Parts: sequence; C-alpha cells; structure tokens
Amino acid sequence: MINLETPKKIRPLVDQAHQVAMNMLRPISRKYDEAEHSYPKELDMLAAMIDGISESGATGGAGAAGVRRDEKPEEKKGNKNGANLASVLSIMEMCWGDVGLLLSMPRQGLGNSAIASVANDEQQERFAGTWAAMAITEPGTGSDSANIQTTARKDGDEYVLNGEKIYVTSGDRADSVVVWATLDKSLGRSAIKSFVVKKDNPGMRVERLEHKLGIRASDTAVIMFTDCRVPAEDLLGSPEIDTKQGFAGAMATFDNTRPLVAAMAVGCARASLDLTREILTEAGVVIDYDKPAFSQSAAAATFLQLEADWEAAYLLTLQSAWMADNRKPNSMQASMAKAKAGRMGSDVTLRCVELAGTFGYSEVELLEKWGRDSKILDIFEGTQQIQQLIVARRVLGLSSAELK
Amino acid sequence: MSSNSVNEPLKLPWSLLRAGGRHGLSDAEKRDPIGLAVAALNRIASSDLLDSLGLRKASERSVYRVTSAGFRTAGNVGRTFARAGRATQGNRVPATRNTGLFDLTPSEDEQMLADVVGEFAQEVVRPAASDANEACAAPQEMLKASLEIGLPILGVPEELGGIATERSAMAGTLVHEALATGDMGLAVAALSPGAVATALSLWGTDEQQSTYLPAFTGDEVPAAALALSEPTALFDPTTPATVALAQGNGYVLNGVKSGVVRGADAELFVVGAELDGKPRLFIVESSADGITIESDPSMGLRAASLSRLVLKDVAVERIALLGDASDYLECVRFSRLAWCALAVGTGQAVLDYVTPYVKERHAFGEPIAHRQSVAFMVANIAIELQGMRLVTYKAASRVAQGLPAEREIALARRLCAERGMQIGLDGVQLLGGHGFVKEHPVERWYRDLRAIGVMEGAVLV
Repeated sequence: MINLETPKKIRPLVDQAHQVAMNMLRPISRKYDEAEHSYPKELDMLAAMIDGISESGATGGAGAAGVRRDEKPEEKKGNKNGANLASVLSIMEMCWGDVGLLLSMPRQGLGNSAIASVANDEQQERFAGTWAAMAITEPGTGSDSANIQTTARKDGDEYVLNGEKIYVTSGDRADSVVVWATLDKSLGRSAIKSFVVKKDNPGMRVERLEHKLGIRASDTAVIMFTDCRVPAEDLLGSPEIDTKQGFAGAMATFDNTRPLVAAMAVGCARASLDLTREILTEAGVVIDYDKPAFSQSAAAATFLQLEADWEAAYLLTLQSAWMADNRKPNSMQASMAKAKAGRMGSDVTLRCVELAGTFGYSEVELLEKWGRDSKILDIFEGTQQIQQLIVARRVLGLSSAELK
Repeated sequence: MSSNSVNEPLKLPWSLLRAGGRHGLSDAEKRDPIGLAVAALNRIASSDLLDSLGLRKASERSVYRVTSAGFRTAGNVGRTFARAGRATQGNRVPATRNTGLFDLTPSEDEQMLADVVGEFAQEVVRPAASDANEACAAPQEMLKASLEIGLPILGVPEELGGIATERSAMAGTLVHEALATGDMGLAVAALSPGAVATALSLWGTDEQQSTYLPAFTGDEVPAAALALSEPTALFDPTTPATVALAQGNGYVLNGVKSGVVRGADAELFVVGAELDGKPRLFIVESSADGITIESDPSMGLRAASLSRLVLKDVAVERIALLGDASDYLECVRFSRLAWCALAVGTGQAVLDYVTPYVKERHAFGEPIAHRQSVAFMVANIAIELQGMRLVTYKAASRVAQGLPAEREIALARRLCAERGMQIGLDGVQLLGGHGFVKEHPVERWYRDLRAIGVMEGAVLV
C-alpha cells in the first residue's frame, strides 16, 4: 500500500534527533562557523549520548552511521523500513540543526559508512567504535575517482601506501582514515582498494586544514602518506583484483552514502524554509495552498515553488533509502536523490537569503550560513554533473565508454 | 479586461483605430495610416466575396474552428434523470487504513488496475491520439472501451454499483497516470464522466446518488463534465464569478464556465458557482433552459473537445446543490491532484519516447545520446519526473487515508506545472526540428502539458 508518511516506528527517533538539533547544535552553530578548525568539544558529550541510545537499541542510527545490506536472508517477508530510512530521516533533522556539526560527529564519519558497506564480518567487529574519515580525492583527481594515483604496494604482511589526499572530512579529528589506493595502476579501476589507516601511523601526516566557504565546523584535511605501512588485514573487503567486478565494490559505498548527503541538503534547506516562512509571515505575507500562486504575492509564490522542489528532493531521498532497506538496486535512485537535493539545497537556501533581504544576508541570523553550507552538498560524494552522468547512463543504457 | 457577461462572452471593444482586444494585441497598440491600409487590405483578402466571385480557390474549412465562428449550440437534450431517494446523506466509502510503514508498492488491486489501464493506453489510446487531436474529438469506440475497463465507476461505492470499497484516490491517481501515458487529451475525455460520478459519490445525498449514479453504473454512460474553470486571467476557483441565487424552490445560475470536456455531448454538468458569498457545486442537467455550449478549441487537450458552458438564468431544483463549501474546496484540490497524475503520465510518455530516439539519432558520427548536453537533458527529465510522481503519490495517499492534503496537493500542482512543462519543452528540443512537426507526438505532449497549472476541474480522483 502506497504510503509516504514518516514510518510510525521511526518517528520517535526523528523527534529525538530534532530535539538534539534544536538544543545542542543550533546554540553552537554560529560559534563554530566563526571558530573554524577548533574542535566542537560539545560533540563528545553528544556522541556518548548517541552511543548510549544506540546500545539500548532505541535507534537505527542517529548520525551518518554506516548502512549495510546484510548477506543473510531476512526472515521477515514484505515491506521493510530499516536502518537506511532511519539514517536519512535522522540526518535530515541533525542537518536542520547544523550540517558542519553533523559531519564532525565522532564515530559517524563517512569512513564508517565505507567500513559498514564493504568490510567483512571480522573487520566490522575489529573496527567497531572507531571514528573513520574517508580519503578519496587527490590534487589531480576529483570526480574521476578511478584515476587515483596513491599507490599500495604489498610487502610481506603489509601494504605500503604513498600519495597525497585532499578534502578529508574530519581528517585531523578521526581515529583512522579509510584511504583509497591502487594496487596496480595498469589494471585500472578494479585495482583500487580501500585501507583503514590508524591515526598514530607514523607514515601518515596531516599537512594542513582548509579554510572554506561553509561547513566550517567540520575540518577538512590534506593528508600525506609517505611509505605508510598498513597491516594486510586492514584492506577492506577482498584483496583480489577482480577485473570483472571492476570498480563496483568501491563504488558500492556511494550508493549508500549519496542518500545520506541528499538527506543533509534536505535538512539544511528545511532550516531555511522554516525560518523564512516565519520571517515572511511576520512581514505580512500569507502563503495560501489553495489560492493560485499568481494571485498571491511574489514572495508567497516563490516560497511555494521552493517548498515544492524541497518536497520532491525529500521524497526522492526517502525512496532511495527505502529501496536499500528492501534490497532493491538503488544506484540510479541514489543519484537522482543526490542530484535533485543538491541543486534544490542551493536554490532554496540562496532564495531564502534573497527573500529575507539584508536581514537574511546578515550574520545576525543563520540564513546566510545555510546559503554557504549548502553548496558543498552539490559537490562532495559526486558533483551534480556526476550524478546526472550516472542517471543518464542508467536511463539510456549506455556504458561509461559510450557516454563519457 | 475581459468580460464575463453572458451576453457578450469575451467580446472586447474594437475599432479600426484601436487594434487591441483581438488577435493577441494589447490595448496599447495603435494603428497608423499604413497599419490602417494593411488592415483594410487584409479584410478584403479574407473576405468570402473573393470566394463567391471565384477569385480564389475555396479552402477547406473545418467544422470545429478556433475563431468565434465555431459552433454554438444549446445543451444536449439527453435523458431525463428520474428523481429517486431522500435528501439524507448518501453512501460514503471509508478511508484506507494506514499500515504505519513507508511503502512505494501499490496494493495488488491498484497494480492490476494500473496494468490494465496502462495496456489500454498503449494499445487503444496512443494509436487513436493523433487523429483525435485533428478531429478535436475522441472516437466513440475508444470511449466505449473505456467504459468496459470501469473508468466511470472507479470512485463509485460498491453498494451503489461501482467498484470502490474504500477511498480510491490512490487508485484513481495510478489510473490517471497510466491513461495519460497513452494521450492526455483522450484520457481527459474518457475520465470526465468518472469525475462527475466520483463527485456524486463523495458529496452527494442519497437523493442525488439515487437520481444520477444509476446512469453511470449502467451500460449507456452519459458524457458528463466537472466545470470549475472560468475564462479569466488569474482565475481563482475559490471565488468563481458564476453566481447562484436562491429562488423559489431552487436556484438560478448565471455565468460562463470554460475547459468543459465534451460540452456539446454532455448530459450532466457539475458546475462551480458562488452562493451567498461561498463557492459551491451545482448539478446541472444539459436539457435545462438557458444553457449554451460554445466550442473552445485550445492549445492542447484537443481530443477532449473543450467547450464553454454559458449559463443564462438557468433554473435548477433544490436537488442541484451538491455538498457544502468545504466539499467544493476538496473538489478543487482533488481535481488538481488528478491533473498532476496526468502530468506524470504524459511526462513518462515523453521520457519513453526520447530515450530510444536520442540513441538512434546520429550526428557527428555517433548517437546524440553520447553527448552530455543531450544525455543530461534526458537525465533531468527522469529526475524531475520521478520527483513529480512521488510528490503526487504522497498527496494521493494522504487523500486516500483521509489526512489533510492541501499542502501536498498545492506542492504537487506547483511542481507538475513547472517541471511538467519543462519536460514537454525538452521533449521537443531533443528531437530538434523533428519534434516540431506532427510526425512525432512530442509536439502534442508539449501542448497538453501546458494544461497543468491552467486547468481546474474536468478530472477528479
């Protein structure tokens, strides 16, 4: 039966996340936007609290937790609402609070998502509780992540990593970094593997932290790997180079993380919409759902358009998570959600600044901050253009060689 | 600017000097001497005198024309609807039950219905679409066949001879979508009687249901139209200019409704009019005195034979008043939702058409689909279309569950009007010059998709 309401059993989690966002993240939102690179110490307490909630089994993941498709056949037949839906819904709430702080949440890094997605059972257990950042991008490699130059050379029971990684979210704060490196450049994308590198590894050095347009609460590191020796068992998944499977293994992570980033854009944009609705209402603007938009003020008509686009992005995000919960292949839907949410996020937050005038532009309120924070969400985990490319290939049935 | 009076529908002041008010010209336009000469020459050139003198080959003239010389007729003298039942609340189906789970899978019944209608759309509707567009009429065989698959009784309670056991807004949405993948104009023509039957089912008294519904559940289903639109700029259905006055034992209606589906054939109308300052619905039989139907061919939806319904001192009995003012508002919303479903169906038709086209069409030595500028357009059609679909489904499912849905329907309408039109535009653009000619259906879909956000009434879920 078609029903797109928030699932009953996830509602308490969403309410909880909303309270945390409102009472913990919003009060420190501006503070860490201004104090870039300083560690939001308040989050340690929050992380401990979230751990407590998770252990009690009350939540299905309150932060950017890993999402995983169990290999074991489910006993329960029929429609499932599981960890993926719970994750995107709670991330929306947390990012309604603050995207940068959500990204800084201890033990909730994107690297944790990678571990959850591709690690074997033994590794899952061993890396439980670690805070893992994700290192993919290099100075010369952005969207074409198959072109990774960082190398991993097998030496006895260890791999030796060499290369430079940039844009590593929480790269300085996390306990470990999931690094993407190639075992053999000549074998192309299928030779790309990911490794968990612990923070105390002497071969790994944080070079510097970036100064950014938005999500300034989240630190973004440049990391150098110089003859960095990693135990062989810290290679995530299978060490075999399977040319048939190609890049799929590594890319599987993205199918799981893209809905999460889409959820971030949905949450951030809703913060803007909520506040703007109130500002407009105070200014005497009536937003009427029954009257034709053109018979209302331009501000009301604009707001309706923004809210309509928001609703589409929100539901595309839920769809991709719901498909993951029900083990339907969701690669295309994940990219659809990310593409729509990414552009909607920018459009909505920037329009809201415009609607609120210099009040919206001023640091007195957070509208201008959300207008800056939203931009990264249309870039990382695959830019708008990469998402369109993925969707286009799927819809048209074209290979990456045919549609470059 | 435009007049709504019964005597002079949309006749605007016109003189040789002032060009405005006709031919898409604004009042700001003035004729100078050269303009006057050209205008006079044009009048001679278009005069029938030339033809009667044999000075010009007689050109073919279609019956159904865009000019004011289109047909103008009294209402269809159809059947008489024998009064029955009592003026108590009619039969109502219950809301659907919520499972509490997020789910995008239609129920088995809904899926079966959507499959049947989808097949009908591909095998019967699509092949008939081009001719129906030219003829400005839906073929009788197709309309007959649409009765067999149960379109008019989808929203009618089982106890009254229909098939609904619970609120059918979701099933209706899926059916509208599926039918519009064939052709939006024909879909509207086929769905129009069901809109009236659904309105009677949702808001009718026992008397209204007993009097009118048997015609829709029988073999000879009448053409019928839900008439909410009016031909004015910025038309707001919550404040119709058509008025009803209580008089004697009934009401008297005056006004002009537009976007009336198959007006000349219709035997029954549900009309929106203001009564005591509140918008209300009225059931009007086509045989009533004072009804004039004018052809009103429009940009698209031509197979739906859009017309104007001119009401001049039309007297109706007390039984005519359908539902209350809040039911009227619901009617507006549920109709908008049905248009959203049609937009999704036609959008899907566009996507399904351009996808193989851009892979087969070669330019610069390779399929144009291999170019990002082309491929990304297709991707965006797919993305926005799925967004439209989900927002529409959410609204429909809320309606089916009896939850408030004014917000969701408003958002679906905004999205489908905006993004749906963009899909129509891109569909034509992707075919280039081929998209502009009638050899391909995309130009028709482009015209049809402009109806979203414009039309009120006509269809209902």
